[in-house]
This record gives sequence, structure tokens and C-alpha cells, in this order.
Amino acid sequence: MSEAPGKKVEYATDYKPLHEGPLKLARGHRIQYETVQGCDVLLYPEGVVQLSESAAMILKTVDGQRSAAAIAAALMAQFPEAGDISGDVRSFLEVAHARGWIA
Amino acid sequence: MHEGGSPSPIVRPAIKPPLWLLAELTYACPLQCAYCSNPVDFNGHGKTMDTETWLRVLRDARSMGALQLGLSGGEPLVRQDLETLVAESTRLGYYSNLITSGIGMDAARARSLKAAGLDHIQVSFQSSEANQNDEIAGMRAYAHKLDMARAVKAAGFPMVLCFVLHRDNLHRLREMLDLAIELEADYVELATTQYYGWALLNRDRLLPTLEQVREAEGVANEYQARLKGKMDIYFVVPDYYEKRPKPCMNGWGSVFLLVTPDGTALPCHAARQLPGFEFPNVQISSVREIWQASDAFNRFRGFGWMKEPCLSCPEKEKDFGGCRCQAFQFTGDAAATDPVCDKSPLRHLVDDAVASARSTTVEKPIIFRNPKNSDRHAKKPAVVASPQ
Repeated sequence: MSEAPGKKVEYATDYKPLHEGPLKLARGHRIQYETVQGCDVLLYPEGVVQLSESAAMILKTVDGQRSAAAIAAALMAQFPEAGDISGDVRSFLEVAHARGWIA
Repeated sequence: MHEGGSPSPIVRPAIKPPLWLLAELTYACPLQCAYCSNPVDFNGHGKTMDTETWLRVLRDARSMGALQLGLSGGEPLVRQDLETLVAESTRLGYYSNLITSGIGMDAARARSLKAAGLDHIQVSFQSSEANQNDEIAGMRAYAHKLDMARAVKAAGFPMVLCFVLHRDNLHRLREMLDLAIELEADYVELATTQYYGWALLNRDRLLPTLEQVREAEGVANEYQARLKGKMDIYFVVPDYYEKRPKPCMNGWGSVFLLVTPDGTALPCHAARQLPGFEFPNVQISSVREIWQASDAFNRFRGFGWMKEPCLSCPEKEKDFGGCRCQAFQFTGDAAATDPVCDKSPLRHLVDDAVASARSTTVEKPIIFRNPKNSDRHAKKPAVVASPQ
């Protein structure tokens, strides 16, 4: 159920490669914080995924305006102590895109 | 984790909250599909609950952590208070899914449901061909369904198209997928009929052959490859042709809570048929009490209830021994291994059902789901002779 962007997710991303344009949450998808579960969840038709803190952070930066590169840059500006996380952010966005969470 | 061998009744796995609430708002339905998952004896059940009671159920389940709400039936559009229920579920923060045949919808209602905050609509089709669709549905519905699928998209909803598959329509899979493309479905569920309720009653006429299933699988794979990234297609092989059982409901009382029109709380669609249960009712007990403390919801939680070959099986944490209702339907014992599993000593019962269906011709009449047939085919309680 839960996805962590830190660990390598075994998921084919090649058939639906991430594009370089602005990214948005896919139609019918939304994120909300759940007090009972103590985490953010991604909701979509007949499905729910519990998000790790970093996954939620990345997905909340997906705003329909920023590209993958801009999202990584924004997160690195927000968390300079994390170092260069652009590779991790990109791999997570690739999986999220292949799974149809973002478009 | 609960240890299978531990005799202590105190060592129990923590009960996680339900994630799914399926609200069967009514058993009324203009269609008469012979594979309906509603219980055969639905016409003899109690009174359908009013708006206020449903609102309380929605609030109670949400406060426990339920997230996904299915509004189903019967045909949920029959209820005139549907918009009220949807508006409350929006306020509560549910992700709301309307599961409908499309009958009772028009473009204005699609818009008013959108305004109430409904998140998603699943429209079911009986076939991709008008006459067959209407024959299975027992009414002229196809043309209206097409219009409604378009209205659902026009109102801005994500749309799942659900095709229920069985022996008579499986050969049309290609047409169904073409129709889904034309209607711009976001997801397609190729829902192989599961044999409970009315479908079980009609199993000999509905169960496809293995050859049909394999061919359909090929078609589904071809379309999946072609539409990768554009439209998601789910196809599930009927479990009678599998060697391992499905992880039914992800485990009994694990994530899924169903409330029937008369308020009976069930761990799955078919559980009401199980003997030796007193299923709780939301009009008498709170949802929390039902989920956490009722005997019915605790009966098959964890692994302590299992028998061999499940108990010592390393796969028990993956499939939870399969489906309790299917175990009961085949073996008479709801705690038995689901006989779909080829480790079950009773697997031959499933093979016998496949053989029986294979030798059944199309001339055998199909029993349509309607109140009259419900009364006729409901299992009568045993008559106790009274002393005269």
C-alpha cells in the first residue's frame, strides 16, 4: 500500500516515459491528510495509497505548472540540507507517472 | 503479528479500521441481470433505511477512518436522496464512487451529482451489442447507457466502464474494448462473473469454458499493450480456472465493510448466506462496535480459525485461505480451504462445476433477478411439523 520514493520501486516506467512539460495530478486523483492513519493518502477511483512523508511532499509540489526539473529544484530550495535529491525525485515522479497518478 | 499456533485468545492482531464502506442503498433495480451479486432472497429482507440513518452510518464509518465510499445497490440512482448522501460524504472527506447501470441518470442529474462533490462514476454494461445487452439486462437499456456514459464524461467525472463477462458475451470482448475507447473511459474493468447470489443460481449457463477464457485473455493482453498509458484495462480470470484462491476482501474484516439496504453489516457481498452467524445491524449497534467487537466480523480474522491445509501453508498470509463464502458454497463449511486451491482435498468439486457448466446447453433458461424470482428461489427455512 505505501510507497517510499527513497527505495527503488520495481515498476516498469519505460512504456509511459515522464515528459518534460508541466505535471499535474491525474484526473480524479487527490491527496488528503488522514488523522486516523497519521499520514497523507492519495485517493483515486476505487483506490487509496498511503504516502510516505517524502512521497507526499513531492506529490504536493505537483501543481499543474512545474515540470519534473522545476519540482526537484523547488524541493531542493526548500530542503537544502537534503543535498542533491534530483535523481530520487525524478525516479519517484517516473513511477507516479507510469502508475497514472500524475499526468 | 498473530501467531497461528498460539492458543491465547488475548494475543490478537490489532484491528485496523475499515478503508472501504460499500453502501448498498437499495435493492430496487430496473435491470434484471442474471449474474447480480445481490442475495437471491433480497425481496424478503427488511425495510430499506431512510436518509437520516444512512447519514449516521456515513459519519460513523468515516470517523473510524473509512476513505473509499461505494454507493451501490440495486440501482443507487433510484434513491431520490442520493445527492444528499453524496453531499455529506463530500463534507466528510470520503472519496465517493457511484456504481450504477446508468438507468435513472440524465445529463442534469450527472451535473447535480458533480455539484454535490461525487468523485467518480462506474457505469456497467451488459454487452457491447444492443440486443444482447438488453436481453441480459431484461429491459431496453443500451442506447440510454451510451448516452449516460457520454453525459458522465461531459460532466467531468473520471469514468470506469465495467463489462460483466460470462459465457454468452465473452466473444465480444474486442467490441467491448473498442466501445470503451470510443466512450473515452479512463479505466475498463473486465469483471469476470463471480459465482455468488444470482450468478451462482445461473452458474451452469454463465460459466465460460477454459478455451473462451484463454482467448479473452489474449484479447485483453493485446489491448493492454496497445493502450498502455492511455486507458487502464483490468481483466481477471474466473477463479474456477485458477490454482490458487483469491485473497478475498484482502481478508475477512480487514478493509471492507458492506451495509445492506436494511442495515445489516457484512464483511462481503455474499456473507449473509453463511449459517451460524448473526450479522449485526447498524440500526442497533454502532459501526465501531460492529467492526471491532462483533462475533461476525471477528470470526475469520487472523489465522486461528484456519484448518489444514491452510493452517500450515506458507501462502496463508497472501490469500487468507481464499473466500469463506465460496468454501461454504462448495463444501458446506465456511472455515474450509477455498476449494479453488489445488491443495484443497475438495478441488474436484470445482472441477465438477466446470464440467457441469460445459455440458449445459444454451437452451437452459436463465433465471432473471427480479422480486418474483427472488420469492420463488429463496431458500425456505426448514418447516418444523407442529403437533396438531
